[in-house]
Amino acid sequence: MTTSSSLSLADASTGSYIRLERIEVQGVLRRRLLDLGFVPGNVIEVMQKSPLGDPTAFRVNNTTIALRIEESSLIFGYYEESDER
Amino acid sequence: MRPYTVALAGNPNTGKSTLFNTLTGLRQHTGNWAGKTVVSAEGEFIHEDTAFRMIDLPGTYSLYSNSADEEVARDYIIFEQPDVTIVVLDATSLERNLNLALQVLEMTSRVVVCINLMDEAKKLGIRVDTDQIERQLGVPVVAVSARNKTGIDTLLDKVAEIASGSHVPKPVPVIYNDDIEKKIAQLEPLIRQTLGDRFPARWVALRLLDEDESLISSLRAKLHEQPATEQKEEIRYGRTACH
Ligand SMILES: Nc1nc2c(ncn2[C@@H]2O[C@H](COP(=O)(O)OP(=O)(O)OP(=O)(O)O)[C@@H](O)[C@H]2O)c(=O)[nH]1
Ligand SMILES: [Mg+2]
Repeated sequence: MTTSSSLSLADASTGSYIRLERIEVQGVLRRRLLDLGFVPGNVIEVMQKSPLGDPTAFRVNNTTIALRIEESSLIFGYYEESDER
Repeated sequence: MRPYTVALAGNPNTGKSTLFNTLTGLRQHTGNWAGKTVVSAEGEFIHEDTAFRMIDLPGTYSLYSNSADEEVARDYIIFEQPDVTIVVLDATSLERNLNLALQVLEMTSRVVVCINLMDEAKKLGIRVDTDQIERQLGVPVVAVSARNKTGIDTLLDKVAEIASGSHVPKPVPVIYNDDIEKKIAQLEPLIRQTLGDRFPARWVALRLLDEDESLISSLRAKLHEQPATEQKEEIRYGRTACH
């Protein structure tokens, strides 16, 4: 699936890759996310959603990180065709 | 003479305690979860007739998210001012690990970057260009395997050179956008006026711009407890802790 408009990680489909564009989370959590590799330009893999749909696991810099929808809905990017990271 | 102090910083699980144990002969627990370092352990070792005291700091991804671990590591580097800080990186995950390396390089120039888990990297077909990384960071970079005990002597030679002052590294500074650089330039002289040369003014300026409340309150407490003329806190001697 390819689209030219940006979407949030919360709306991205499982198994897809997203090239990050902006992070709108604020405060200490923003810092934490940046430190973990949620930086503009980086490519994130959307792994699986937990049984209840939240949180969702993301693969970033070779590490799996679970985010709640409160955070993932504030991180935006574009679908990336390849799994190039 | 008092031994030189060497701090071990790095992301969690990069082999800091393994390196610490190899050098000091102590058995600080290592491992994925149960052995995670929570308080800093201290031990001593000798390299080429010179005594060193090593401090194993808790592993952190950053020094700015204000968890207890991060405050311990940050305060140690900025207030205790070790003679050398070894930043231990995981060779298989350099991109993420370099984040912390850059943060430490903004705090002190007396750094050796130690790229560990080289045996793992080789297995995965990862080649690490230490010369190139060294050029880009401006400090010595040494590839080691703490588990197989390779590269350790070279690492200690670099540490000794920096500790004795025979090599003074010049880290390549991170340059921010014009807006931030302008504000740093405004703050730096005021910070020097207030704090003297005890702390890196550029780094303190960045923390102020970041509104890092935790650092500001640590700094305030520190200023309260010691006169501004004193260069370096007398280091408690011979204390070891094993976890
Ligand atoms: N293959 C390999 N494994 C290593 C090497 N160094 C350390 N390890 C292993 O990596 C794991 C973590 O090592 P530790 O020394 O506990 O890491 P640490 O940096 O102290 O971890 P924290 O205290 O949580 O920050 C252990 O299972 C070590 O045996 C190495 O050079 N090669
Ligand atoms: Mg440890």
